Amino acid sequence: MLISYKWLKEYIDIDDLAAEQIAEKLTRSGVEVDAVTALNEGITKLVVGKVLTCVKHPEADKLNICQVDVGDEEPVQIVCGAKNVGEGQFVPVAKVGARLPSGMKIKRAKLRGEKSEGMICSLQELGLEGKTVPKKYSEGIFVFPQEMTVGEDALAPLGLDDTVLELDLTPNRADCLSMLGVAYEVAAILDRDVKVPEPAVVPKDENAGVSVKVEASGDNPYYGATIIKGVKIAESPLWLQTYLMASGVRPINNVVDVTNYVLLEYGQPLHAFDLDRFGSNEVLVRRATEGETIVTLDESERTLSGEHLVITNGEVPVALAGVMGGATSEVEEDTVNLLLEAAYFSPAPVRKASRDLGLRSDSSIRFEKGVDPNRVAEAGARAASLIQQLAGGEILAGPIEFDELNREPRQVSISLGRINQTLGTNLEVEQVEKIFGQLQFPFENKNEMFTISVPTRRQDISIEADIVEEVARLYGYDNIPTTLPNTPTTPGGLTSSQWRKRKIRRFLEGAGLHEAVSYSLTTAEKEAFFREEFANRVKVALPMSEERSTLRTTLIPHLLDALSYNKNRNSYSVQLYEMGSVFHTDEEQVTVQPDEKTYLSGALMGLWHEHSWQGEKKPVDFYVVKGIVSGILEELDVTGDVRYVSTEAPGLHPGRTASLEIDGKHVGFLGQLHPTVAKEWSLSATYVFELNLQELMALSTKNLRYQAIPKYPAMDRDIALVVDQHVEAEELSSIISEYGGTLLTKVAVFDLYEGENLAPGKKSLAFSLRYLDPEKTLTEEEVTLVHEKVLKGLEEKAGAVLRS
Amino acid sequence: MLDRLQELHDEAMKKVADASNLQDLKDVRIAYLGKKGPITEVMKGMGKLSAEERPKVGQKANEVRESVTSYIEEKEQTFEEAALREKLKKESIDVTLPGRPITKGGRHPLTSVVETIEDVFIGMGFNVAEGPEVETDYYNFESLNLPKHHPARDMQDTFFVTTDLLLRTQTSPVQTRTMEKHKGQGPVKIICPGKVYRRDEDDATHSHQFMQIEGLVVDEGIRMSDLKGIFATFVKKYFGEEREIRLRPSFFPFTEPSAELDISCAMCNGKGCRTCKQSGWIEVLGAGMVHPNVLRMGGFDPEKYSGFAFGMGVERFAMLKYGIDDIRHFYTNDTRFLSQFTRV
Repeated sequence: MLISYKWLKEYIDIDDLAAEQIAEKLTRSGVEVDAVTALNEGITKLVVGKVLTCVKHPEADKLNICQVDVGDEEPVQIVCGAKNVGEGQFVPVAKVGARLPSGMKIKRAKLRGEKSEGMICSLQELGLEGKTVPKKYSEGIFVFPQEMTVGEDALAPLGLDDTVLELDLTPNRADCLSMLGVAYEVAAILDRDVKVPEPAVVPKDENAGVSVKVEASGDNPYYGATIIKGVKIAESPLWLQTYLMASGVRPINNVVDVTNYVLLEYGQPLHAFDLDRFGSNEVLVRRATEGETIVTLDESERTLSGEHLVITNGEVPVALAGVMGGATSEVEEDTVNLLLEAAYFSPAPVRKASRDLGLRSDSSIRFEKGVDPNRVAEAGARAASLIQQLAGGEILAGPIEFDELNREPRQVSISLGRINQTLGTNLEVEQVEKIFGQLQFPFENKNEMFTISVPTRRQDISIEADIVEEVARLYGYDNIPTTLPNTPTTPGGLTSSQWRKRKIRRFLEGAGLHEAVSYSLTTAEKEAFFREEFANRVKVALPMSEERSTLRTTLIPHLLDALSYNKNRNSYSVQLYEMGSVFHTDEEQVTVQPDEKTYLSGALMGLWHEHSWQGEKKPVDFYVVKGIVSGILEELDVTGDVRYVSTEAPGLHPGRTASLEIDGKHVGFLGQLHPTVAKEWSLSATYVFELNLQELMALSTKNLRYQAIPKYPAMDRDIALVVDQHVEAEELSSIISEYGGTLLTKVAVFDLYEGENLAPGKKSLAFSLRYLDPEKTLTEEEVTLVHEKVLKGLEEKAGAVLRS
Repeated sequence: MLDRLQELHDEAMKKVADASNLQDLKDVRIAYLGKKGPITEVMKGMGKLSAEERPKVGQKANEVRESVTSYIEEKEQTFEEAALREKLKKESIDVTLPGRPITKGGRHPLTSVVETIEDVFIGMGFNVAEGPEVETDYYNFESLNLPKHHPARDMQDTFFVTTDLLLRTQTSPVQTRTMEKHKGQGPVKIICPGKVYRRDEDDATHSHQFMQIEGLVVDEGIRMSDLKGIFATFVKKYFGEEREIRLRPSFFPFTEPSAELDISCAMCNGKGCRTCKQSGWIEVLGAGMVHPNVLRMGGFDPEKYSGFAFGMGVERFAMLKYGIDDIRHFYTNDTRFLSQFTRV
């Protein structure tokens, strides 16, 4: 909402305050002012001139040479390119030395050999927006519609001596979608009076012969039609045009301008029909029939449904109620007789039509939020009297009305104690009463219990809390004390799973991974690489783009996007992890909330670590990723039987992928990205892991218990075993553990050898074994006894022989 | 014999003094103190001495041995030290060469902001609550006093999955979910961080996905002045002791009265600069007293209980704190961006 400060002054005495001061006060009490703009910003030496003569430039078709009286001793010659310039016009002239909002400075010039001493201006050149400038002048210079004093300052008559406040209104303050509403707000803040116009309509005692019938009284509880006969359509006077332009509304003609003026003044949308084009003498308001059409003022044909409300002439729609008039009965230059509509349309049907048809108008935004029922008829009368004043004609007896409108103010009761308890204040009765007075809220006070009759302009106030807010904002939020709750203290903290998530983050950061955060919305195609089937997904109904149309079921693709992004910017060693939600559903068409799980995934490429001048370079490989995953399990205190099972999975290298299984349950995977998939992302060797963190955290964990430090020495035995290529290390170590019994306390792989000196198809794996008896010092013989059993077991079960 | 011993002593001492390395000393030791050395020789002739003289000579011989031995040891130590010095000198390295880099990852700045804010509120007795990102219309809108067709609920802003399911547009649904769990019994003191979604075109200041932190306090006798107090504490802890707060009336469907919270601009200390658009203040969050309808729908009696709620944008906090100018940086995962926050 744009508020002309000059116009606002007509309703409230604020000559002593600058627009900026009012803006600050409004902002601090709840009506935010986004910008304060002086319309004359950057304009100097702009005067009214009269075009004495105007002839074509001999050298240029499109230019005119004008002699313009600007109030100086001699007229000045100005070369003007506007098509609409002509003799006898009063026009705004920027004299030599003048400045315009664009920063342009007017200089003496020669155009095609003719001198030019000044510029006749268009409104756009004076800083107004093209869409608010009257069509007539939008392609050329502005011409004053009335006789003016030559040489006088042109800023005031053009309304450019004004300042505009741009309000950023919250949805509840629809009352401030009007000059009067803002005046009431300013009045409340300053504790001043509001000057409300008192329209004086003198109707002629003549029956118009027009009837009003409303079929949908719930949607339209009041309809008033005023008949005005014999008007003369013309350009509006300058004051009206400038107020409209300052408010961002394009002037059209005197009748339409008046309806817009009153809309801005009262917040009550009105509509003027050309009575002779209305098509009948019967106004019938009803729901549209399914598929019925109307061509609206903007020349578009609209197809309606049974939920939309229309004004008809008894047969066909002539207006889309509360949204926009129809083209057929539009007021045009030759209009003589008017039907002026002032109605109350309920918010729901107007909102429905506005949404369905994608049509928001100054009218619909006001009806949608509920207009003041006590100002509908008054606004109609105000418009009728202004039309008569500006366009002549006679107002016939009326208005002709349908009226079932409830105009009763709401009653809200609240005690002084409740106000103080909610705010933490110690307000006295008198302070609260004064605030109600400033707001012009009538009230009764019985033993500190207030009963307020809320003025109907404030549709947003209906409960105690609303009154508390009104008191608070006028008392000043700054004046509310600062306290801490005097309720019992509570222990705050993280839950165990929140705490463990933090632990994992710390671990991964320490390990050298950067945390990534990516979008939850993705495409099915991207994920198809990693899923066997991708039929069941959670899709958004109206995606903004195909790229963000479905919720992710894996975190890997976006991590790969990130690797790819970094690679394209010359970062080749990047290791990322992400902890976030994925969304799975069993349903083909989702009807219930999907299964939302926290996953922990990583993607790594390039060098794991590097120390260039010492020649150290360790590329990321499967075992780096496995180390990270094992570390995560350790951080989580996972106690179950952990197995990394060689597996094949979509999108991954068939020989370098493991499924992570804990107590036989699949909880994640790790491996190298399949080279063809890596290529899709333009990546080379890339390793990934993905863990179902939710499931991992649900696994049993052990409580930390101290274990006695051994008093007796341990004995270490190292063995190198030759086995077939396909034998896995884990198989051997579990055989060792099995046969090592209780004395064996540790098994670790310390070497892998493949190649020369071994029979083809064989490899050598070396293990280090530690034997310990917590009760006594082990003897060589005791250890040998067990160790022999281990070697025998290895040979029998895995064909492993000691490497000679 | 005593003279002979003295003579040998002086000779040996001179040789030790003249020794220029460990080998020389070894030679002296063998030559004079060895089993075949002259001192031993002298000792062998002790049998011929009288009982009186014998101990004297024996004593002298021991004195000579001790004196020479200790001198040899002293010189050996000097030579060893010199040799070690020499050796260490040869081992010297260029200490100006770069050290081995410790690979360090880092938290995403959004996580850092969330964790810091969580910790401040945990210190004030809050718990951290979480909720689903795909929400029902009821929790995201209706239970927050936004019935269907409410003007403040704009279809165009929400990613709907079905008519009843949507990607949550705010973390506020966790409020109702938490209140329901408390079954009408206070106190409730939670903050809920999480991802939210809006149908916005991504640009420098808008993102279709962003993070919010919602807070809720419900108990008997909670006042608007308490909201000011909690915030003053939070702002000073998070943004610094010098920051002042200011509340401005505003509107949210789920709170009444509602407020925007501003903090004094850190760039200009409230004097007015470009960051704060000359106002001296920066808007950081929205808050208010919980609307009675919201309390009621969460199972709390608004006649008995009152509370306040607040919501803040995590990206905005990070942008303000670190001077980040484009919200898209948070979701690009450029390591040149991420690695700047490893110290946080």
